[in-house]
Amino acid sequence: MHPRLELRNICKRYPGVIANDDVSLSIQPGEIHAVLGENGAGKSTLMKIIYGAAQADSGEIFCDGNPIAAHNPAMSRSLGIEMVYQHFALFESVSVVENIALSTSSAFHLPSLADKIRELSLRYGMPIDPHRQVHDLSVGERQRVEIVRCLLQAPKLLILDEPTSVLTPQAVVKLFETLRQLAAEGCSIVYISHKLDEVQELCDSATVLRNGKVTGTARPKETTSLELARMMVGSKLPEMHVSPSVPTEKPVLEVRNLSAKARDHFGVDLEDVSFAVHGGEIVGLAGVSGNGQAELIALLSGERTHEQSDAIRIGGTAAARLRPDERRKLGLAFVPEERLGRGAVPSHTLWENTVLTAHRFGTVRNGLVNRRKASGFAAGIIDRFKVKASGPGATAQSLSGGNLQKFIVGREIALAPKLLIVSQPTWGVDVGASAFIRQTILDLSRAGAAVLVVSEELDELFEICDRLLVICQGRVSPPLMRKTTDREEIGLLMTGRTMSKDTMASGSGDVALQD
Amino acid sequence: MRIAAPVVAAILTLAVGSIFFASLGHDPLPTLYAFFVEPLNSMNGLSEWLLKASPLILIACGLAVGFRANVWNIGAEGQFTMGAVAASGVGLFWPNPESALLLPLMFVAGMGAGMAWAAIPAFLRARMNTNEILVTLMMTYIATLFLSYLVHGPWRDPAGFNYPQTALLPAAAMFGPFDPAYRLNPSIFITIVAVFLMWLFTDRSFLGYKMSVSGAAPLAARYAGFRESAAVWIGLLAGGAAAGVAGMAEAAGPLGQLSPQISPGYGFAAIIVAFIGRLNAFGIVLGGLLMSLLFLGGEGVQMTLGLPSALTRIFQGILLFFLLAADFFIFYRVRLVRPARDAHALETAR
Repeated sequence: MHPRLELRNICKRYPGVIANDDVSLSIQPGEIHAVLGENGAGKSTLMKIIYGAAQADSGEIFCDGNPIAAHNPAMSRSLGIEMVYQHFALFESVSVVENIALSTSSAFHLPSLADKIRELSLRYGMPIDPHRQVHDLSVGERQRVEIVRCLLQAPKLLILDEPTSVLTPQAVVKLFETLRQLAAEGCSIVYISHKLDEVQELCDSATVLRNGKVTGTARPKETTSLELARMMVGSKLPEMHVSPSVPTEKPVLEVRNLSAKARDHFGVDLEDVSFAVHGGEIVGLAGVSGNGQAELIALLSGERTHEQSDAIRIGGTAAARLRPDERRKLGLAFVPEERLGRGAVPSHTLWENTVLTAHRFGTVRNGLVNRRKASGFAAGIIDRFKVKASGPGATAQSLSGGNLQKFIVGREIALAPKLLIVSQPTWGVDVGASAFIRQTILDLSRAGAAVLVVSEELDELFEICDRLLVICQGRVSPPLMRKTTDREEIGLLMTGRTMSKDTMASGSGDVALQD
Repeated sequence: MRIAAPVVAAILTLAVGSIFFASLGHDPLPTLYAFFVEPLNSMNGLSEWLLKASPLILIACGLAVGFRANVWNIGAEGQFTMGAVAASGVGLFWPNPESALLLPLMFVAGMGAGMAWAAIPAFLRARMNTNEILVTLMMTYIATLFLSYLVHGPWRDPAGFNYPQTALLPAAAMFGPFDPAYRLNPSIFITIVAVFLMWLFTDRSFLGYKMSVSGAAPLAARYAGFRESAAVWIGLLAGGAAAGVAGMAEAAGPLGQLSPQISPGYGFAAIIVAFIGRLNAFGIVLGGLLMSLLFLGGEGVQMTLGLPSALTRIFQGILLFFLLAADFFIFYRVRLVRPARDAHALETAR
């Protein structure tokens, strides 16, 4: 029997870097195959080559034993190869069903397509309202749209790029059931992830990439995660040093009775949110995306202001009516969830992107941008955070997601903040870099800064946080001590089971409530 | 590629222009020669070339500041007119017509009037989120009609045989030409300074940086705390100031008085100049020189070959059309899509 997909000696060179060097792998029908590797290891390039979005310089691709000659995404899709990108390719200004209709490139009937979407998304445990506008969806919800879009095509090979990073543990279980079901139906799955435990639980086989080369293949279920990690990183893994926290007496960030209407129809109203973050501690905010995180973060960062000035205090100063740059003067630094377009200007160079928030650190003098200082600042971040980029002159959009994240986290930490708010700090970032980012955040907090981490990855929150908050339907739970709580309790709070006096009955958030 | 687009557009414009000339019964090559080369064969031609390029470049520099931040001021024609009106008003009615302060005062008046005319759409956009494209455009018609009212009514020259025009400006209110034989005058230095200021602002200043962030990624601007309303104000006022000064320089230079028609469309042509110049100071200089040549050549073939005057506008239009098309094909690829297969896949998905 022919493998569903076979790659032979794929090479791909970009100016200055070899993205794939003699990569071969084969995937049988119904096999779930993991591709592991650090950022810049060449995973994304390889996936693009499989999907036909990029052309290999040399090497061959076979699908069901037949060589694919002229390869492009349309060809892939006619062969039944579908892909969920890490950076979603959705049109923001139209609805879910219209987005999916656009990608079918054929005659369609919107109402019946909407029915199919609803049915399929429910069947696979990721309910989505087909008539919602994509710009109103959170990152997690957008990912569901992408997955459902692929499933609609009844794929023979499905490529998933870190699909679980925005799901609750319960939802991950359900997604895995879905994927196993798909595999049992004969669909092959290429699963890109940096979560070794997931790979071990789900995948039949794994190919590990490092610096564009295959450094090993393994049966994850029979291999220890340490061995897999070593294949990926190539050296000893950095270990986390979590020293005990010594919180300051007075909170650096204080939120008191903050209520706010959602900015649009599909947002979530915040109801009476109160919490505090002290210097020297890390507080985690857990929750499924679309439960009010976006609203809360915008209010904390100053992208959205609030009438009631003392609802948010930073370092004791009433800050709810201040603009982001005024809050930054109080010591705030902030890493947003969206890297391109919000945390960084895609078409600008890295040095220009340092000026975005670091303009009080010598990069601007007498109203003029000091290019040399800005370049030096950018070079320092690139060096310290090991950002893979050609230099301060590289554009933000030319970096891979994880590398840009390292750059933005690095930039904000370089501001020496008193208060750091980080949303999804390691989303799409590989093991080595994640550990480094987490360690840096830890060090920053132990040096006295207050840190609020908003993440949908419980592992991450449990690893670094001292206290945990859970947000569900716009309400924030009382703080839980990391040492006295567990995943089950948090997971239940995330789905609103124990906070549900009236929230369950309201029926307004069945999407947010899913698990 | 972004720099190649204007070159491609220019070549295509020439090609289509040739077809045009041929269809009008003129041999394309000599006509193109008469259009693009002959005007520059004389000292006077060169003087006129720079004289017309100057306001185009000046206005385009101001507009580009706004365009970089996605603030679309297309009413420079009106701001130009108001600048000319205000400057001429000062020149005509200042108590001491020999004062050395007259020109500087007119400069300030022209700039102020242009900015004031742009401030109205800026206020409406910043406060009420109106569309500045529509408002600036409509304000242009108001300005033109206001000028028409003045020269037909209160400001009409009593000794002017009832022509709709004002009296001539006093000598102290005029830029004296470098050489009395030609019309080129020192106001061109204003443009040179403006080009430098525009470069400094967009390329080097923090304010210009903020504006470019607002244009390229509005969410990032909000993330950094750059005020959107500031970008709107600066973008519109810069365009208004530049257009107002250009109007002043036109009134105090080649015109010397106001009449109902004071601009051959500089305000609109400058929009094309800004885009051909890729919103970049140096590019705008080249774009302005090209556009000025189109004006001159249009006039030239009108006189020598009797071709219609609409030709200038047609060339401007074709040039912008090809520029936008070239940009489009640089960033997008057109692909024919065959339907049917996916409908089948959709069925099998059920």
